[in-house]
Amino acid sequence: MKFLVCISNVPDTTTKITFTPDNKEFNKAGVQFVINPWDEYALTRAIELKEAAGSGTVTVLNVGQADTEPNIRKALAIGADDAIRVDAAPTDAYFVAEQIAAIAKEGAYDVILMGKESIDYNGFQVHGMVGEMLGIPTVAPAMKLDLSGNTATLEREIEGGKEIVTVNTPFVASCQQPMCEPRIPNMRGIMTARTKPLKVVPAVGEPARTTVAEYALPPKKQGVKLIDAENAGELIKLLRNEAKVI
Amino acid sequence: MSVLVVVECADGEVKKSSLEVASYGAQVAAQLGTTATAIAVGEANETNLAKLGEQGISKVLYDAEPRLKDFVNNAYTKLIATAAEQEQAKIIVLANSNIGAAVGSRLSVRLKASLATNVVELPKISGDQFTVKRGAFSGKAFSDVVLSGDRKIIAVKKNSTEAQHEAGKTAEVTSFSAQLSDADFADAPKQVIMQDQAGGVLLPEAERVVSGGRGMKGPENWGLIEDLAKALGAATACSKPVSDVDWRPHHEHVGQTGITVSPNLYIACGISGAIQHLAGVNSSKVIVVINKDPEAPFFKAADYGIVGDVFDVLPKLTAAVKALN
Repeated sequence: MKFLVCISNVPDTTTKITFTPDNKEFNKAGVQFVINPWDEYALTRAIELKEAAGSGTVTVLNVGQADTEPNIRKALAIGADDAIRVDAAPTDAYFVAEQIAAIAKEGAYDVILMGKESIDYNGFQVHGMVGEMLGIPTVAPAMKLDLSGNTATLEREIEGGKEIVTVNTPFVASCQQPMCEPRIPNMRGIMTARTKPLKVVPAVGEPARTTVAEYALPPKKQGVKLIDAENAGELIKLLRNEAKVI
Repeated sequence: MSVLVVVECADGEVKKSSLEVASYGAQVAAQLGTTATAIAVGEANETNLAKLGEQGISKVLYDAEPRLKDFVNNAYTKLIATAAEQEQAKIIVLANSNIGAAVGSRLSVRLKASLATNVVELPKISGDQFTVKRGAFSGKAFSDVVLSGDRKIIAVKKNSTEAQHEAGKTAEVTSFSAQLSDADFADAPKQVIMQDQAGGVLLPEAERVVSGGRGMKGPENWGLIEDLAKALGAATACSKPVSDVDWRPHHEHVGQTGITVSPNLYIACGISGAIQHLAGVNSSKVIVVINKDPEAPFFKAADYGIVGDVFDVLPKLTAAVKALN
C-alpha cells in the first residue's frame, strides 16, 4: 500500500498573528513554523497502518518553498519513508490541490491523507478538490480509518453524529482526532531522517483562482466586566439586558 | 443567471445554518439583480421548503430520491452540479458545514468555480471584482479574498450572518431529478449513528454554549453544566483535556483540533483558556468566563467574568435563569 501524506507548514498555534505593513501578507518574521496539527493525525495513522501491514511506503508531500524543509525532515523523523516538495508558494487551495493530484497520479498512490484543514488559512477544501481532480472518493472529515486489503472503513463526522463509510483504494481522506495519538520524533528517527530522500519538483497546472486582497485583525475586546461571585445572578441580568444574548 | 443556494435538511426541518445560507443567497441575488433558487438535500419536507420564501428564496428544487436522505458525497455533488447547470447559476452558496465543505470543494473543480469557505459577510461586488471576507488563522484574523472567474462558490460560516425573515412569503417547490444512478451512491454510508444530544441542542448549530474544563474536577459534576445549559437552551461542550481523559465524548471538544463554534453566548466554566481552546471559540459574540483563578488567561478574551468557584456559581446562575423565565 502506497500512502501519500500531505502536510502543510503553518505558524505555531501560539503565534501572535501580524501582517506586513500593506496588510497583504502574513508577517513571518520571528514566527516558529510547525507541521499543521491536523496533518499530524494523517501522518501518524499512515505510519501505523504501514507498520500493521508490515509492508508499504509513506511519502510526505509539501507544497512550499525551501523554508518548509525542516518540517518535512521532522515528518521523515516521525517515520515517513521519503518526501516530495513542490517548489512553490501555496497560493490557494486549488493550486495546492493541482500539485497533490499530479503527484498522486504519477506515483499511483493508494491512500492520500491530509489533515482536516490547515490552522492558518482554514480552507477545508483541498481534500475534495484532489478527489474530484482524480475522480476518486473523498471522506472528510475522518475520525477513524482502518484498512483491510484494498477496502478502507472510515468514520466520518457529520453534524450531530457520524457515518460509517467504506471505500476502495484509491481514495482521499482528511483526518482529525480521535484517529490516533500523533507521534513525536525519537532520536533514531531524527538521525535516519537526514539521509531519507527528499525530492524537489517544480509546480504544474493553472494559477490560483483566489487572491487575498487584505488581511485584518478582529476588533479588540472591550475588556472583561467582572461580576462578584456572591452576586452571580447579576450576570444573567446583564446577559439579557446589556448583551441581549439570552 | 441566478444564485443557487444549497439547503441542508434533517428530519424534515431546514437546518438553522441553511436558513442563514438561504438568506445570504437571496441578498446576493438582490445585489446582482437576480433571483435565488434553493436545492434541498437531506430529509426534507415540502411545507418547510416552501417557507424558505421567508428568507427570500423564490424557487426550491427538491429531488425526492429516498437515498438522498443521508449524505452521499458523489450523489450530492452531482445533484447540485446538475441544478447549477439547469439554473445557470453563477453563484452557489452553501453552509460551511461538513457537508458543505465536502460538496463545495468537489463542485469547485467540476464546475470550474472559485471557492471561498468560512465566509462571514455579504460580498462586496464592484464591477467584475467580487470580494468576500472570511475567517483565517483559526479566528485570529480575517481576510478579504477576491474570487476570480465566471462562477463562484461561497461557504458561509455558521451563525456569522443573520437570517432575514419576512413572514408569510412562500417559495415555489418544484420536483427535480438529477437522474442519479446506483453508481452515484457507491460511497453511501453503511451506517449513520446520531449522538444523543443533551437537551436536544446540536453543538455546531447552537446559539448558546455552556462548556466545562478540568476545573469541573470530574464527569460526575457535569450535571451542573447540563442544568445551566438546559435552562438557557444551550448546547454543552468541553475543553480538550476533558475529552482526552474521556470525561466527555470527543464530539463535545471545542478548540484548535476539535469543533470550532461561534455562538452568540459561550460560557466557559473552569477552563483556563489555553490558546488552543481559544482558537475554537474566539469568534463567539459574547464570552463569559467563570474561574477561581483570577489570573486565568481566558479572562483576557472574555466579555464578562466571575472569579469564583464553579461549584458555587453555576447553581446560582441556573437559579437566576429559571427566575427570569
